[in-house]
Amino acid sequence: MPIDPAVIGTRTPAFSTVAERGRLRFFADATGQHDPVYSDVAAAEAAGHRDLPIPPTFLFCLEMDDPDRGSFLTGLGIDVRTILHGGQRFDFHAQAYAGDTLTFTTEVKDVYAKKGGALEFIVRATHVTRGDTPIATLTSTIVVRDPKAGQ
Amino acid sequence: MTTLTQGDRLTLECPRITRTALALYAGASGDHNPVHIDLDACRAVGIDDVFAHGMLSMAYLGRLLTDAVPQERIASYEVRFTSITPVNSTPTCTGTVTRVEDGLAHLDLIVSLPDGTVTLRGSAVLTTD
Repeated sequence: MPIDPAVIGTRTPAFSTVAERGRLRFFADATGQHDPVYSDVAAAEAAGHRDLPIPPTFLFCLEMDDPDRGSFLTGLGIDVRTILHGGQRFDFHAQAYAGDTLTFTTEVKDVYAKKGGALEFIVRATHVTRGDTPIATLTSTIVVRDPKAGQ
Repeated sequence: MTTLTQGDRLTLECPRITRTALALYAGASGDHNPVHIDLDACRAVGIDDVFAHGMLSMAYLGRLLTDAVPQERIASYEVRFTSITPVNSTPTCTGTVTRVEDGLAHLDLIVSLPDGTVTLRGSAVLTTD
């Protein structure tokens, strides 16, 4: 089923979340990040940070805290088993730290198809802010496979 | 390393991505998609085995960058996921400085498997100071 281009420009409701130090330590361990700046507050402060820095890709993980995150795709009638993560981009504006309250707002930037509609692409931009301060823009490309095409 | 010059090559040998590594990443990242952690769920939909989160490889690539420069110097960072990463594989991250101009270093990024399969392809822009 083709995705209606009218979805371009729509925004999901903003939500806010906080990165806890313990979760950042867990993430550092899970990704083999042994630089103590990412797990030890004293080491972070010695490097000029005010708390544990949120590592580059962890903003994507915080985006998953959105209690409503599944509704975008189901609202479009997309079976989540047919999607792939095609690409991910981060544009950084300011460093965020453990304990910061970060607000996420997601906007649909583009929808297009390839291979005669067998693959559809949804590009979404998530703007992350701390109060009025822009922190980063996350751009995700989701690939939707039409299970009926290409058989 | 804090100075980047055209032609510089950065590498990071990742540890073998075990099932435990995937369970830990699922918990830490919040991505609990069963295709990464639950063999039974995979087989139920015709997938032979679990495979790694693409974002785990992107995190390793992020570590390649933060090993080279303080994180505040990463201006942008993007990847395309080109192939899945099987469980128990040992990816290698490679970054190559393609040009340095106007205070910005541009890097090409690749994650590849020992058989040559490229799983992620991307780029980053770092400020030079």
